[in-house]
Parts: sequence; structure tokens; C-alpha cells
Amino acid sequence: MSGRTMKETERVEAPQGPGHRFMGGQLGQKAISFGPSLRRLVGHLRPERVKVVFVLVTAVVSVGLAAFGPRVLGWATDIVFAGAIGSNLPSGITREQAIEGARAAGQTQIAELLTGVDFTPGVGIDFRALGLLLLLCVALYVGAALFGYLQGYLLNDVVQGTIYRLRSSVEDKLNRLPLSYFDRQPRGELLSRVTNDIDNISQSLQQTMSQLLTSLLTIVFVVTMMVIISPALALIALITIPVTMVVAGVIMKRSQTQFIAQWRHTGALNGQIEEAFTGHSLVKVFGRQEAVRERFDEENEDLYQASFGAQFLSGLIMPIMQFIGNLNYVIIAVVGGLRVASGTMSLGDVQAFIQYSRQFTQPVTQIASMVNLLQSGVASAERVFELLDEDEEPSENHKDMIGEASRGEVCFEGVSFRYEADRPLIDDLSMTVRPGQMVAIVGPTGAGKTTLVNLIMRFYDLDAGRITLDGVDISTIQKSSLRSQVGMVLQDTWLFKGTIWANIAYGRPGASDEEILEAAKATFVDRFVHSLPDGYETIIDDEGSNISAGEKQLITIARAFLSQPALLILDEATSSVDTRTELLLQHAMSALRSNRTSFVIAHRLSTIRDADLILMMEEGRIVERGTHDELITLGGAYADLYNSQFEGPEVEMGMGAAAAAT
Amino acid sequence: MLWKILRQYLSVHRRELVFVIVLQLVATIAALYLPTLNADIIDNGVVLGDTGYIVRIGLVMLAVSFVQIGATIVAVYFGSRAAMGLGRDLRRSIFTKVAGFSSQEITSFGAPSLITRNTNDVQQVQMVTATGLTLMVMAPIMMVGGIIMALREDVGLSWLVVVAVPILAGSVGFIASRLIPSFRRMQKRIDDVNRVLREQATGIRVLRAFVREPYETERFDEANIELTNVSLTVGRWMAAMFPIVMLVLNLSSVAVLWFGGLRIDAGAMQIGSLTAFLTYLLQILMSVMMATFMLVMIPRASVSADRMGEVLESESTVRMPDEAVTEVHSAGYLDFEHVTFEYPGADYPVLSDVSASARPGRTLAIVGSTGAGKTTLTNLIPRLFDVTSGTIRVDGVDVRDLDPEVLWSKIGFVPQRPYLFTGTVASNLRDGKADATEEEMWAALEIAQARDFVEAMPDALDSPIAQGGTNVSGGQRQRLQIARAVIRRPEIYVFDDSFSALDLATDARLRRALRPVTRESTVVIVAQRVSTIADADQIMVLEDGRVMGIGTHDELLATCPTYVEIVESQAEAKAAS
Repeated sequence: MSGRTMKETERVEAPQGPGHRFMGGQLGQKAISFGPSLRRLVGHLRPERVKVVFVLVTAVVSVGLAAFGPRVLGWATDIVFAGAIGSNLPSGITREQAIEGARAAGQTQIAELLTGVDFTPGVGIDFRALGLLLLLCVALYVGAALFGYLQGYLLNDVVQGTIYRLRSSVEDKLNRLPLSYFDRQPRGELLSRVTNDIDNISQSLQQTMSQLLTSLLTIVFVVTMMVIISPALALIALITIPVTMVVAGVIMKRSQTQFIAQWRHTGALNGQIEEAFTGHSLVKVFGRQEAVRERFDEENEDLYQASFGAQFLSGLIMPIMQFIGNLNYVIIAVVGGLRVASGTMSLGDVQAFIQYSRQFTQPVTQIASMVNLLQSGVASAERVFELLDEDEEPSENHKDMIGEASRGEVCFEGVSFRYEADRPLIDDLSMTVRPGQMVAIVGPTGAGKTTLVNLIMRFYDLDAGRITLDGVDISTIQKSSLRSQVGMVLQDTWLFKGTIWANIAYGRPGASDEEILEAAKATFVDRFVHSLPDGYETIIDDEGSNISAGEKQLITIARAFLSQPALLILDEATSSVDTRTELLLQHAMSALRSNRTSFVIAHRLSTIRDADLILMMEEGRIVERGTHDELITLGGAYADLYNSQFEGPEVEMGMGAAAAAT
Repeated sequence: MLWKILRQYLSVHRRELVFVIVLQLVATIAALYLPTLNADIIDNGVVLGDTGYIVRIGLVMLAVSFVQIGATIVAVYFGSRAAMGLGRDLRRSIFTKVAGFSSQEITSFGAPSLITRNTNDVQQVQMVTATGLTLMVMAPIMMVGGIIMALREDVGLSWLVVVAVPILAGSVGFIASRLIPSFRRMQKRIDDVNRVLREQATGIRVLRAFVREPYETERFDEANIELTNVSLTVGRWMAAMFPIVMLVLNLSSVAVLWFGGLRIDAGAMQIGSLTAFLTYLLQILMSVMMATFMLVMIPRASVSADRMGEVLESESTVRMPDEAVTEVHSAGYLDFEHVTFEYPGADYPVLSDVSASARPGRTLAIVGSTGAGKTTLTNLIPRLFDVTSGTIRVDGVDVRDLDPEVLWSKIGFVPQRPYLFTGTVASNLRDGKADATEEEMWAALEIAQARDFVEAMPDALDSPIAQGGTNVSGGQRQRLQIARAVIRRPEIYVFDDSFSALDLATDARLRRALRPVTRESTVVIVAQRVSTIADADQIMVLEDGRVMGIGTHDELLATCPTYVEIVESQAEAKAAS
């Protein structure tokens, strides 16, 4: 029914009730295709279909048994009632005589009441019958509880299994997406999909599945019982269903806008707080504290207003539902009372009816709120499905592997590449790098230096030309095989949360302890590790305040060292290591580079003076190439760049004009 | 801590609280009155066959229902006001408190942790308060009222209450006590899974470069299985909760009928009282359940409250002077006198006995290896930290005696990690000088070598800047924050390794452009490149927090081996030429 209560194109907003966590990522997202996405989400349950069938069966049994309980209790009440009346009448007369007697005495109303009660004058409560009924009732309730537990247990298995597989497939997907996807997608957006959205799906599945199922079944069973007991009263009670739905719908809609406002302001306020705290010292030093506080107060006040509205409106739902339930109760009590008095209904039936009517306003309200929660879950599911539907990198299983050790001869033959169709980045580049040679790539930021090495790694595919390794076109080799020949130290020092030791060991699976230690020593990680209280067991975490940026970089270098690559790529690797450490590092690096072809991108020109080939890049083109001496003699862009670093005060006036002209 | 915070922050909402309690009392009494009226209908209307009475009492029930909803709505109104007001006030208090912290407190708490405390933790306490103001107020009233009413109906059956309540509270409490630690573990596992995913998404190049996809998948799978296992445990306890509660409730009804039947048969009880008693018992049990749930929420909120309390109760190590010096005569004199700084509890001081002076028109450069204490030294100038011993004087006055506003207005600070604020290029420049004109902005950008790329941006000065400045490159960020400092025309410039992301040509141009503007100012500059600082009037060489040498480039080359080592490591070329 949930699918039918809303239009397929309906706008779906993420925030739900007050108890649900705020997930910034999905605010304002639309579920453009609620139906298909819901079906697809349900489709993910398929591997568990046997369990799903059991869940349905146990749910029907459990709810059915529970629904029958009040009816039996009603009969029990009748027995008590009959006994109470019977014991007040003289024994020896028949039921009919008693009714006639009452009528004769002018108590017509009592007489009518008595016609509806199955009593025997002079006989009290039939405890044998009562006991049997109550035992039946106990059996029903115990059975309902057992089956209810079984249902919840199995459903939990189904949901957790499904979420487990969904998470796995998302992780799997991450590994099969081309790098260009990661470039295109803002990082926060991607992270929000793989974390917040999946959490949200998991939460809403857990909460909605069980409740929707039992609520729907409860309504069906309860309504059936009500109709059996008294169609007329059932009709009155049923009128409250649409009333409840409409009232709940209206309030929820209004509170939802407030919730959206609340989360929006929460987001904005969090942003302000984050900014003020991370930029704390600057806020202070620039004397902006007052201004920042004023902005905070404004946003905080807005948040207060919105969250008050949300809290108040959502707080209304329960009392209003209770009120509608009470109206129901009053009407049934009065109408039922009148019918008992007229003898057309038994007291136990009224009693049962009241219990049923109480039982059924609750699931109706619950369904209304579950639909909301489900919408938010489906909106998240849709975002996850979008990710799962992204184009993947083509499979490479049919391609060749590289034999044990590559010699490291790299050739570019007419290579062209561009990220965007109208902006050529690398155009018709050809060069040959012999084994063991060092290629230095220099040039301003954005010149395409990183792109060049990315192509060697096959992070992107070429638009034209080919790159060969040992004479083999790298596009015909499996990527994993190619990359295992290359050691890479990247600009950003990516480390995972784990010990320093584990982070170095990451470079090569199966490396021995000696090899890891050797790598650490060669790259001077060993030196600073000894000054840490936990040594190699020091945990590196996100905040990483315990380890400096330079030290992190050293670890990434050790990691590359360990991988013993044939090719080495150093991407501005040493820019945040201080000069003395860098000096030591350079010795290690030149040892690492010996017998290895290496591509180095560096800012400090002193590092690359001995390069076999220097490529000077500007705006995606290689404008100059040659050795250091050749390029200096050439007196072009490289010579300018090289000279500029030695500008001291004594040459300042002379160089000023030249620099200003560039 | 939770109680302390609630007491303190709810006291301003005393009026609302009184309303909530009174109105909830009214609403609960009304709710409790309904079953009595129903019993009345049965005993005096149905049994006697008096239809008029049935209708009359029915109307009374209707009126009572209206009273109930009216009172509840108003109670919800005031409850929401109080709870959300508490949240707002708490957020403001924490925010203000943190704003007054020194960098030392910020570092020891960690900015992310402070953010969580100011947002999520407040949310947590606010939520408990909101639910508490409805449930927690209602549940005890309902419970006491229900017991009184039940006793009124029939004292003889009251032992059923005594039996049922502990059974329910016990079983709900038992399940909850299993659930809560599992919930906590589940949250940790979720964090783990998300962390691995986060690491994979951010380190995608590295893990592909090292061909570690299979390993990552395995690592993820471990975390995923762990999470699934905990979630299964949580889900199973949750699955048990509802059936058990319902079972206790239903069996209580059965018991009431049986034992009530016995009493009716003995003539000790009326049939209407039986129905009413049943309803009251169920109401009592419901309120017990609500109270139990509430109690379950409290531990989580108190963890949050403790975390907030830590912030609210910690004092900034940088204390503002009682009688601040607001008038100083000279402009830009900076003296470090035997400056020592150490973190509390640290084995070694970060800085020990550092002395140096800088004068207007002169440049003091600081060089040294990572961890030598260079950044700490610059942070001491604007009192992001305070010295442990020794003195820093600006214009002859101890910075600790200066009015902070006066002190800060003298400094143009460019930190190591470039950071820009959300807004536009112009708004960031205005952080430097609130009333800067457009000409001043362009002039500052020009000096910082940022004019070209700002002009190339689609909206020039009004181009948006994302939080932290992440939408511009590292080099651009550095230049923009240099412009932000330059536009102030401060008396003291502090550049903490502020040129590192610039290529050499830009670096050289920038320093040349700075020269005329800094002619009257004192410049403190931390740098890695010798080329950046070789022309400084004074170079201080720091190693492990100690001054290894101080002098000009040439002097240090002659006297300071540490300096020679640094120079050799990068400027072999110059030595050769």
C-alpha cells in the first residue's frame, strides 16, 4: 500500500522524525523514481527469499493469534458477566422466567439487557469454562509472542544479510570504477553515498520492514474481528481510519517542512562551527571573533525556531492520535453500551471491541510514519543505485601479465591525452627512457606533470598513440600487473588508520620483517620512529597529530621502497620534508633509483640536476627537453626558472625588470 | 554532569517547566478518568439498562477527552520551547567558551572533537530533554495515578500490579541492558566500515598504484562482517522486545479476568470495576515501559553531557589581562626574551631559552628542521599559546599585558596551513581589513601575486571561496592569505612557511613585491628554502627548540655548522657558481 499512497514522481525528503539521525548528504534529494527504486531495493532481498517466506508465514500466524486474543477475552468477560447476573437471581427459575419477571416488574430495560446475556439464574461464574477460555487465551498469547519473536529474528537476518551484500557490492564497485569517476565526483558527495546513504537504508529497512508488515497484518486481522463482532460498530471505527490518515498526513507534512528547515540550519550551523574551530587561530589573530559570534547567534536562533517548530508539530501527532482513539473509545462505549442495554450485543463483545479499536489506531499511525521513513530510505537507495550503475572499467582478465621483472624501458609514441574534449593536455608526445634513467618533469602547477605519470600508471587511457614498457604496449597488459612494476609516491600522503609498520608493509604483501625494517631504515623512517613512545606500533589516524606531514611523507616513501619496483614515480614527493631531512632522503632516493627507471616531479631544481632527461612542461606541452646543461645553455624557460631561485638582494634590481616581464 | 547541565540550563525555562508539569498532570488525570467513566457506564448504565445515563456519561467522556488533548498540546508547546531553548543556550555557551580557548586547548581537544561536542552532543541532550519533558513527566504521574485509580476500583486485585510491574520493568530493563552496549559497539563498527570506505575513496590512487584492491576488499569484508554480526545481535534483542512486552501485557489481562472473576463471584467486586481495573493496569504497564525506555536513553545523554562538561569547565591557558595596556608608543618592535615553552606533562620543552629581537624595516628569518619549534615560536606572538617562562614583548610591552585587540591589530599572520573562510575572495580580504576598498583589495592581491588568477575567476573579487579554501589550489590559497595579511598593513608580519606551495619564480616575485610594503614593518619569516631567507637581516637557526645560531647568511655560513648543513642540502648550485 505504501507504493500506492504516493505518486511516483513525488518529491521525497530525507529527514524523518526527531529520533532519526541527521544525514547531511541526502538533504533536498529527490527520488525521481520511487517505485522502481523501491522494487529494486526489494529485489535485493531475493537471495533470502526462503527466509522471507518464513517471515511472512510467522508474521501472519503471530498477528493472527494475537488478534484472536481479545475476542476470547471478550467471551471470558461474558462468562464473568453472566455469572455476576446469575448469582444475583434466585435459583430454580429459568432464564426466560427471569427475563419475564424483570419485564413484569416494569424493568423493561433490564429485561432487554438480560436477553443478550447467557446466564442461568442462581448459578455464579462458570469457572471451568472461564478457566478453559483463559488457558486458551494464554496459549494464544504465548504462541503469538513466540512466532512474533521468530518473525523478528528471521527478518533481522534478512535485513542484515541484505545490507551486508549491499555494502560489499558498493565497496566492490569502488574498486571497479575508473579514476575519472573519482575526479568527476566531489569527494564529500561520494563519501556521503557510500556511508550516510547506506546507513540510512539499513536503518529504514530495519525499522520499516518489521513494523510495516505487522502493522498491515494487524489492521487486516483487527478489522476482520471487528466486523465479525459487530458490523455496525466496525463501520463507526473504520471511519477513523481515513480521519487518522488525513490528520497524520497533514501534520507530518507540516512538521516535515520544519524538519527540513531544522536540518538545513543544523547543517549551516555545523559549517559555521567547523569553520570557526578549524580556523580558530586566524579568527582570533584577525580579530574576527565578534563578527563570527554574531553570525553564529543568528544561525543558532534560526535553528532554535525551526527545531522548535519541528519538535512541536511532531509532538502533536501522538496526542492527536490519542484523541482520535479516545473519540473512538467514547463512541464505542456509548453505542456499545446502548446495544448491550438493548440486548443486541454482549458486554464481552463491547469489551473486546474496545480493545480492538485501541489496537488499531496505533498501527495506522505507525504506517503513516513508516511511509515517511521508507521514502527517505528509498531516496538513499536510489543514490546508492546510481553509484552501482556507473560505468566500470572493462575487465582485463584476457590481457597478458608481465613476466617476473621488467627492465624498465619506457617509450611514449605520439601520445595524446585530454581530460576534457576541447582542452588538449598532452599532445603528440614521444620520448624514450632507457632502463635506469631518471626523467625529471618540471613546470608550473597545472602544466600536466601529474597527468604524464598518471598515464604511465594507466589511471587514464590515451586518446592517441601508445606507451610501451619493454617494448610491450601497456594497454595490452593487465593494469594490476603493470602497476605492480611501479612504485609511486604521491603528492598527498595517503595512509590508512593502522600502525606505521602496517602502513609500510602495505607496499608489498608478504614482505618479511627484515625487508620492512630495511625499507624503514633506508628512508629514515626508522630514525623518527625511535622517538615515538610506541615505535612502529604507533597508530596513524585521520587527525594524525602525532606524526608530522614530513614524517608521513617519509612513510609513503618507505612504502614505495618496499615495493621494489622496476619503475619509480615520485610526484612532488619531498615538498613538505624539511631541507635537512630531504638531504638525507635524497641519498636514500638515489640508492632507490639506481638500476630503476624513475620519473620525478619536483619543485626543487637541485634535486634533478643529474637527471638524464628533463622535461619542461607548460600548459600541457613539453616546451623544452634535454639535460640540465643543455637546457641552461638553451637559455629558455628552464634557465629562467632555474635562475630565479637564486635571486638574492644583490641582483634584485637587475632581475626585477626581467621577472616582471614574464 | 547531565543533572548539573540540566539544572543550570533549564532554570531559565522555569516558567515553561511549571506549565509542562501542571498541564501534563491535567492531561494524565483526564486520561485516567476515562476508564472510570467507562466503568460507570457499565455499572450504572448498561447493567441497569439506563440509556439516558449512558449518553450523559458519554458526553462527559467526550468533554474529558477534549480537556486531555488541549492540555497535552499546550504542554508539548512549552516542553518543546524549553528543550530546544536548552539546546540553543548550550550551543552558544560551548561556542563562546571555545572561542576563548587558546590553540593549546584546541589542540588537546582536537577541532573535530570540539565540533562534535558543540553539535551532536548538544543534540543528544536536547533530545533526551524533549522526550523527558513529555514522557518523563507523564510516566510517573500516569503510574501513580493509575495505581491510585486501580486501588479505588478494587484493592483486592492490586497485588497484580505489584507482580506485573516488576516483571515488565525487569524484562524490558534486561533487554535494554543487553541492547545498549551492543548499540555502542554497533556505532563503533559502523564507524569502522565507514572509515575503510573513506580511506578507499580518498586513497584510490595509492591502492591502485600498489595493486591492493584484493587486500582492501578483504579488509573491508572483515569490517563489514563485524558490523553485520553486531547488528544481528542488536536486531535479535530488538526482535525479542516487542513480543515480550506484549506477552506481559496480555497475560496481565488474562490474570485480571481470572482473579477478578473470583472476586466478582465472591461479591467483592463489580463487573464494571473489572473492565476499569484492566484498563488501569495496562496504563500503568505502559508508563512503566516508557519510563524504562527513558532510563535507557539517559546513559547515552550523560556521556554527551560529560563531554560537554569537559569543554565548559576547562579554562583557557591564555588568560586575558585584567588591566590591559591599550596605548603603546612605538610600532613594530618585537623581542623574545629567554622564551621557553613546553606542553603540560611533556618530557622536553618545545622551545627553550630563545632570545631574539626584530625591528621595523628588518626581517627576522627562522630556519630549522621539522619539529624544531619554528611554528610554535610564531604562534607565541599573537598569544595562540602563552610562554611557559620568559617574555615576548611587542613595542616593549609583555604581550600578556597588552589588550588582545591591540596586539592582534598589529599583526599580519600567515600560518603554515593556508586556510580561507567560506565566502568570497573579497570577504576573505575583508577579514584582514573590515573596511577595505576595492582598490586596496586589488593592491593587496597584486603584491601577493594573486591578481592574475583572481581576475581570471568568473566573478573576480566576488568569486566564491569554499570552506578552508579548497576550491582554489594550494599555491593560490597561500597567495590569497598573504593578501589577507598584507591588506591590514600590519606593523608585524608573520609568515610561517607561507611560500612553500609557490614555484620559485612566483616566490621570488612575491618577495620582491613585499619589500616596499614591509619597509616600515617588522617581518618574521619561517622558511624551508634558503633562497627565501638568505637576504634576511637576521637568521635564527633552531634545532630541537634551541637557538643554534643567529646572524646574517654570511655570518652563519662562517659560524653555524647546522646552517651550513641546511644550505648545502639545497644550494649546492649557488656555492658552485
